[in-house]
Amino acid sequence: MTAHPSSEVNTAVQTAIDACATLPGALLPVLHGIQDSLGYIPAAAVKQVAEALNLSRAEVHGVVTFYHHFRDRPCGRHLVEICRAEACQARGARQLETHARKRLGCNLHETSADGGVTLEPVYCLGLCATGPAVTIDGKLHSRVTPERFDRLLERNA
Amino acid sequence: MTPTLYVPRDSAALSLGADEVALKICAEARQRNIDIRLVRNSSRGMFWLEPLIEVETDAGRVGYGPVACDDVTTLFDAGFLQAGAHPLRQGIVDELPYLANQERLTFARAGITDPLSLDDYLQYQGYAGLKRALAMSSDQIVREVTDAGLRGRGGAAFPTGIKWRTVLATDAPQKYVVCNADEGDSGTYSDRMVMEGDPFMLIEGMTIAALAAGATEGYIYVRSEYPHAFRTLQKAIHTAIQQGYLGDDILGSGNTFHLHVRKAAGSYVCGEETAMLESLEGKRGMVRAKPPLPAIHGLFGQPTIINNVISLASVPVILARGAAFYSQYGMGRSRGTLPLQLAGNIRRGGLVEKAFGVTLRQLIDDFGGGTESGRPVRAVQVGGPLGAYLPASRLDTEVDYEALASLGGVLGHGGIVVFDDTVDMAHQARFAMEFCALESCGKCTPCRIGATRGVEVMDTIIAGDRAEQQVTLLRDLCSTMLDGSLCAMGGMTPYPVLSALDHFSEDFAPEPARKTG
Repeated sequence: MTAHPSSEVNTAVQTAIDACATLPGALLPVLHGIQDSLGYIPAAAVKQVAEALNLSRAEVHGVVTFYHHFRDRPCGRHLVEICRAEACQARGARQLETHARKRLGCNLHETSADGGVTLEPVYCLGLCATGPAVTIDGKLHSRVTPERFDRLLERNA
Repeated sequence: MTPTLYVPRDSAALSLGADEVALKICAEARQRNIDIRLVRNSSRGMFWLEPLIEVETDAGRVGYGPVACDDVTTLFDAGFLQAGAHPLRQGIVDELPYLANQERLTFARAGITDPLSLDDYLQYQGYAGLKRALAMSSDQIVREVTDAGLRGRGGAAFPTGIKWRTVLATDAPQKYVVCNADEGDSGTYSDRMVMEGDPFMLIEGMTIAALAAGATEGYIYVRSEYPHAFRTLQKAIHTAIQQGYLGDDILGSGNTFHLHVRKAAGSYVCGEETAMLESLEGKRGMVRAKPPLPAIHGLFGQPTIINNVISLASVPVILARGAAFYSQYGMGRSRGTLPLQLAGNIRRGGLVEKAFGVTLRQLIDDFGGGTESGRPVRAVQVGGPLGAYLPASRLDTEVDYEALASLGGVLGHGGIVVFDDTVDMAHQARFAMEFCALESCGKCTPCRIGATRGVEVMDTIIAGDRAEQQVTLLRDLCSTMLDGSLCAMGGMTPYPVLSALDHFSEDFAPEPARKTG
């Protein structure tokens, strides 16, 4: 996913504001709306959201950076999340994470050199009896061995 | 008669290919010119069998699992629509010992109904609790929940009725009911199963809570890692509004309750109730100092009932069948049932709802069948990332809030994560500190700084550098975090660290005494 031109950002941000601004505690719903549509929260959105919700830019920036879910830059063409939490660790998640980093040639929070895959950690997907669990572009997969991980990547990314 | 088939839509089943299997079954049936009725049900919570396909027969539903796409053709060849023999045939699902030996009160409908069918819900005793509650006064509802002995299932185990009583007794222009569905503990998924599998039960529980407290607005705060739960709740709320179970005039009673679902954004500490309130108000999830209690000064400064999903989901059966019925289950001060979640390295992982008093060994050996790897159990973490690691010698402990506390542990949200003998407990202790450093809201120093120092100390220990002195330092740090943190994040991170140190000290010893492999 590449950065969006400013007019497109402006429209997406305004759409999210129009949909949610009157809700009590509207900031998270607005930010979700922006990220759902653009894939990240562009820096330019912060000012626009702050003005619409009568908040300071610092408050909006503070919220965007507090929550792990919100990204301040686009991810690669595909987003792969690997569960690092204890129940998955007990079923081989540490080994899977090592394999994934080697296979993609990047660390967690980074994107593979060809821009194809961004690798992120996630802490529990609620699939704790069938780990290791991963998501690829939001789709859940569990019982993911290193071999299955490679097959899933080939098929989906 | 058209055969009826069930393919679960639970996330765990989906993660193992349930959608693809359902599509393949429909395609195969079309190709063979067979009419079928395919229902997307919830999960029974027997995850080693997922995707578990069930076929309706006169004798009950017959299960086949775990089914992969490649099995579908052979299932048709074997006549599975008439419950024919096949290597994946599990028999009558209700009679499987894993289910037959449970006491499912909250999960009575799990795997049986279509989660989004209000008709299914009503057919299986749904909304019987609300109908009774509508004929009672607020005070009577609170008394019923108090008498049932229900304690908060999110982890803190505070008596639900007392919390409700406080909100009821506080005068305010607006009161709220907030459901904490930020189920971030690794090894737990019972909240997810309720939201995806029986959403009307949660809606009913919250509606009863609203009647009890005089609240007219409610929020469900769902973690962003649970997109299926979020969408299912949105649809179920829409249906409940249309059918008069939510809104301005609930079932013609004149009572009002508006329910909203809000998506969290990947912060573990927002499972702490005051951080969750901040998040719902659109702020960073910073923990608030207590008092004031949220029951008096909660969401937007108003009196607020905050309960976990399972606490609220336990309310309909308590109202429908009475406090005495519910409280006859359990032991000591832990009344009723708890949906336990078997997770990690376990052969038959899944949801086991039992009365309090069942032992960890019964759960892990009798239900779970031991480790999946076949190696001995070495450690069991009970109660999520802030719960203690127990050694195999402590597995005769009963599932009871006070029994776990006496071991320096917590029952928490009922997650049980099993590790075999390949686990390195120093690395698990390091992870506990790493997770706290990552998720700390940063408001108090022991948690914000302590967790980072904890990771550094663990790295030194793992490197074998002056391990003895470092262990002393680690204990000192843990006591600061235990006593000085504002909330459970920093205050309980020492539980897994100290329990690992106490029960598995050999893993913290300098090389070469440290266990390898």
